[in-house]
Amino acid sequence: MTSRADEPTNPRTGGPAGRDGAEPVNRLRAAVTNLLGRRPRVTEVGQSSMEYTNQDNIGTETGTAPESPDGTLFTYGDPIVDRAAPDGPIETRWQRRRFAAKLVNPANRRRLTVIVVGTGLAGASAGATLAELGYRVKSYCYQDSPRRAHSIAAQGGINAAKNYRNDGDSIQRLFYDTVKGGDFRSRESNVRRLAEISVEIIDQAVAQGVPFAREYGGLLDTRSFGGAQVQRTFYARGQTGQQLLLGAYQALERQIGLGRVEMHSRHEMLELIVVDGRARGIVVRDLVTGEISTEYADAVVLATGGYGNVFYLSTNAKGCNVTATWRAHRKGAYFANPCFTQIHPTCIPVSGEHQSKLTLMSESLRNDGRVWVPKAVGDNRPPREIPEDERDYYLERMYPSYGNLVPRDIASRAAKNVCDSGRGVGPTGLGVYLDFADAIARLGRHTIADRYGNLFEMYQRITGEDPYEVPMRIYPAVHYTMGGLWVDYDLQSTIPGLFVIGEANFSDHGANRLGASALMQGLADGYFVLPTTIANYLAAGPFEKLTDDHPEVVAARADVEDRLRRLLAVKGDRTVDSFHRELGQIMWDHCGMERSDAGLRKALAEVRALRDQFWQRVRVPGDGEGLNQALEKAGRVADFFELAELMCIDALHRTESCGGHFRVESQTPDGEAQRDDEHFAYVAAWEFTGADRPPVLHKEDLHFEYVHPTQRSYK
Amino acid sequence: MNLTLRIWRQKGPDDPGRMVTYPVTDVSPDMSFLEMLDVLNEQLTLAGDDPVAFDHDCREGICGACGMVINGVAHGPEKATTVCQLHMRHFSDGDTIDIEPWRAKAFPVIKDLVVDRGALDRIIAAGGYITAPTGSAPEAHSQLVRKADADAAFESAACIGCGACVAACPNGSATLFLAAKVTHLSLLPQGQPERMTRVVGMVDAHDAAGFGGCTNIGECSAVCPKEIPLSTIGRLNRDYLRATRERSGTPGT
Repeated sequence: MTSRADEPTNPRTGGPAGRDGAEPVNRLRAAVTNLLGRRPRVTEVGQSSMEYTNQDNIGTETGTAPESPDGTLFTYGDPIVDRAAPDGPIETRWQRRRFAAKLVNPANRRRLTVIVVGTGLAGASAGATLAELGYRVKSYCYQDSPRRAHSIAAQGGINAAKNYRNDGDSIQRLFYDTVKGGDFRSRESNVRRLAEISVEIIDQAVAQGVPFAREYGGLLDTRSFGGAQVQRTFYARGQTGQQLLLGAYQALERQIGLGRVEMHSRHEMLELIVVDGRARGIVVRDLVTGEISTEYADAVVLATGGYGNVFYLSTNAKGCNVTATWRAHRKGAYFANPCFTQIHPTCIPVSGEHQSKLTLMSESLRNDGRVWVPKAVGDNRPPREIPEDERDYYLERMYPSYGNLVPRDIASRAAKNVCDSGRGVGPTGLGVYLDFADAIARLGRHTIADRYGNLFEMYQRITGEDPYEVPMRIYPAVHYTMGGLWVDYDLQSTIPGLFVIGEANFSDHGANRLGASALMQGLADGYFVLPTTIANYLAAGPFEKLTDDHPEVVAARADVEDRLRRLLAVKGDRTVDSFHRELGQIMWDHCGMERSDAGLRKALAEVRALRDQFWQRVRVPGDGEGLNQALEKAGRVADFFELAELMCIDALHRTESCGGHFRVESQTPDGEAQRDDEHFAYVAAWEFTGADRPPVLHKEDLHFEYVHPTQRSYK
Repeated sequence: MNLTLRIWRQKGPDDPGRMVTYPVTDVSPDMSFLEMLDVLNEQLTLAGDDPVAFDHDCREGICGACGMVINGVAHGPEKATTVCQLHMRHFSDGDTIDIEPWRAKAFPVIKDLVVDRGALDRIIAAGGYITAPTGSAPEAHSQLVRKADADAAFESAACIGCGACVAACPNGSATLFLAAKVTHLSLLPQGQPERMTRVVGMVDAHDAAGFGGCTNIGECSAVCPKEIPLSTIGRLNRDYLRATRERSGTPGT
């Protein structure tokens, strides 16, 4: 094993690694003199800083903009560069990175410990693979079993450039589709690697016994998904995520049985431990006993999923949360593109106030279902009584070449627009039809049942309506978050030794994720990328052994205990859920499918006011001992409040529209998202500077050498 | 609608526990059963009482976290439906509903309706997998799988590990769970090399965890939200017999 005596540096900026993340605000910072929406004029580092404030922003609609105590919304910092990515021909970048990365001798791997938080596709596959390689792995999940992580609920499928269909697919085309689908806000190097690895994932899953759908000849079946004109999506009925996760879970359980993975279910990470600039451990709470403990390792991997639950109503599981990544952010990990959220077009509409979550109807349904609304406003006849020529199949009309299979952001916005124009269907008017009548007539009920049977049953169970007889009613809902912790090509965050994989990082999907690409990315990261790149870091270990009395450990633990005590001490008059629901409504109204300067400013003010109320009025029953589900929720919602602010600031500063981020001020004449490549072709990586202090924006410029940015067209 | 709930309350593993009666009012028929419990918990919290603890996560019927016995039936009255997908339109105004945790020796109660199902994970760790370390996989199309086998494997692989089969079984047996995984993997060509060691390892782990034996009652399959058929148990038994016969004839094993 190699040993490295040099001081840890921040691998991206070359500067000293953050110690505890709360770096002083007055550190070197590029000065800016721009107005919001104007091109930032970044001058030399070291000049006096002119921070962006509301006072600068004259000429916007609102006169009562919210502000931090000193009036600053955010400031600009040094640009950030991904130094781990090789340059040169893109086809060989991953190959060259693999060759250049340091290796760890098998005999030394068992002396190295890696903590993996989260057991979804990314976490389970990483945990299993690292253990297979011989590292000691400690795995954590908040669920009672690693098999229940929310990847389990992914329905439609997983993309891979196998070209089994001979329909013109290739690694190059998957790469192209993904960069374009992400509206040119992702890194070419990462996406290219993802497309290459996609083919290995299918091999791996099949070897594990994942029962993908097959043709009668015994070959794997594939189908189409949005944003692609080839059939590259492999699937296991409507339960592809479940089957892939069980494959990864079984591999993980095998390692648990062999004693190579120490599994801690019903444990929640509440803090990251950073010592000498390196991520060295976590503070966890045993959700059954309430006990707080500190765990140490040579590297920490966060595979903790996305933060869609900031909206309260989403397709995420109820427990999905931002706490692990947010705590890491507060310790110095930059948070990238937090406003990039995906609103999925096909979900079951909200039925009432009591609603606790939204249910997705897989995008694969758009293969055979046709989306329509009545042509006339206020036409409330039952759908089967509306004749063909009085229906508007608006996706087919507006996007003839992709039709019902346009990408998610476009389909969602189109649904919103027809509903806003008064042609929405169902009791609330917030719904459109997804109709299978033609497909059933063409293919027969049996074939449709074979393809989508479980989805149809789920729909019927929830709504009480039979989609074989009447069209489904669907409406967009929050589904996925493209934003996440900033990582380099090695999937390492700005804190050395902290790696972030799967939905928790920001890496591959740009401003919009294509369907069936989340499973691909989670497994690519966990099975293939991280196990290679983390060795390059671990080669410098094992690091100094930590004990419970180390000052950083003591401080991290005390922070956690203090926070829990504060939550319990409020003893107010409102429940955690009531706050969460209200926060979600603010975010949905102003930071959802459509965003505007005025709306986002309003949201910021409301979020801050509500957060103050939360800390004064929340009621968390019970104490810190034993199982206390309200206390778990309270901690998560407290972090959602802080995230929500950053999301609004990010959405506010990005005055262009791109992918799922639609600013009303920036649209093409026909209402599509209007990108502004001149000013916004960058990743916005935000640095935390302290509670109630303005975050610092670090830009990572995006370069497109292989896929030339164009106005996306699916017409 | 207005309902009377009788819910099992138990502070912790050492508390004997008891049924407690709660009224809930203004329940909408469009609510799921868990949303109805959310309403109750909001009321309890504001009244200064301890809310009822229950496991849940995806609320889409796929993660397998939720599970409770409703009026004596695991996951309640609707066939092939987890409790999170059970809607209140299946109940009537004025109903009294009994809600209890999964009860089985191998599932100790943690609190109220929350039980420890870790034993199911231990069964998987004892052989419920195909050994295929990352990187070692051959090209996916190098081995063909009959569609009928792939479909049948999928049907068994659809098990969500909720534990309803155990709760419903008078013997507290997890044989249906075990059989589903054995069937999934033994139907596929990739699963053949470990077929015999798998079934023996998993059955041993099942018995060691304190689950009871199977006496072919069939309650398990009747309550299974994924309708795993009882025939999987027949397949499990055939494999187990074959494995133990082969093992007894092999020196050194």
